[in-house]
Amino acid sequence: MSLADQLPEGTIATKAVAKDWREAIRLAGDGLVAGGVATEQYTTEMIEAVEKHGPYIVVAPGFALAHSRPSPAVLGTGISWVGLAEPVAFGSAANDPVTLVVGLAAQDHDSHLAVMSSLAGVLADENVLRELIAAETPEQVRARLAELETE
Amino acid sequence: MKIVAVCGMGIGTSVLLKMNAEKALRAMGVDADVEAADIGTARGAARTADVVLTSDELAPEIGEVPAKVIVIKNFTDVNEITEALQSSIA
Repeated sequence: MSLADQLPEGTIATKAVAKDWREAIRLAGDGLVAGGVATEQYTTEMIEAVEKHGPYIVVAPGFALAHSRPSPAVLGTGISWVGLAEPVAFGSAANDPVTLVVGLAAQDHDSHLAVMSSLAGVLADENVLRELIAAETPEQVRARLAELETE
Repeated sequence: MKIVAVCGMGIGTSVLLKMNAEKALRAMGVDADVEAADIGTARGAARTADVVLTSDELAPEIGEVPAKVIVIKNFTDVNEITEALQSSIA
């Protein structure tokens, strides 16, 4: 499965501006709403998840996987992509500050496994990740992701 | 061997961790079941597991379990996960 295909119009933001982690998650939530896989309520749930459990969603240097659990606010399974112009702190001791937020909505525990596997592949390569975060437009992100699938 | 990857919700970061732990275990030639769990069910799952993988923030929430709890900093770094598993199961 190509990650580029999982990121339709409106789900990618590049050089985005967020003043704090809540705004960064909100942008990821906007992308999920634009992609038709979640309602705005899900954005609130993603923020509450961090308030409750801490910034554990920052799972790699500079990278946060914003998500909550399957709920009525989830309409489908999908992801969104937010590359930040300036990094923001999430309060993660190991991996702050964050420059890439990927939003994830999943309807159950299995439907998103293919997309997670593609994402893990992309995240594993620091150089690729740097290029993707530096992208100026959503088209550039999509084109680079599509290239990766064929490499 | 049973390994549980724990995150707050059981669908996002723990799935990423599970996938990379499976990669690490394959490379090590170790036969193990890796399961993703949310923090709510993790305590139960950890009771029958040998190893629990989680983040710094969530480790205290798991509390006292018979399994060995390993904190992973970078869930996307298969090398870090490999080293952590090697030192705990060797």
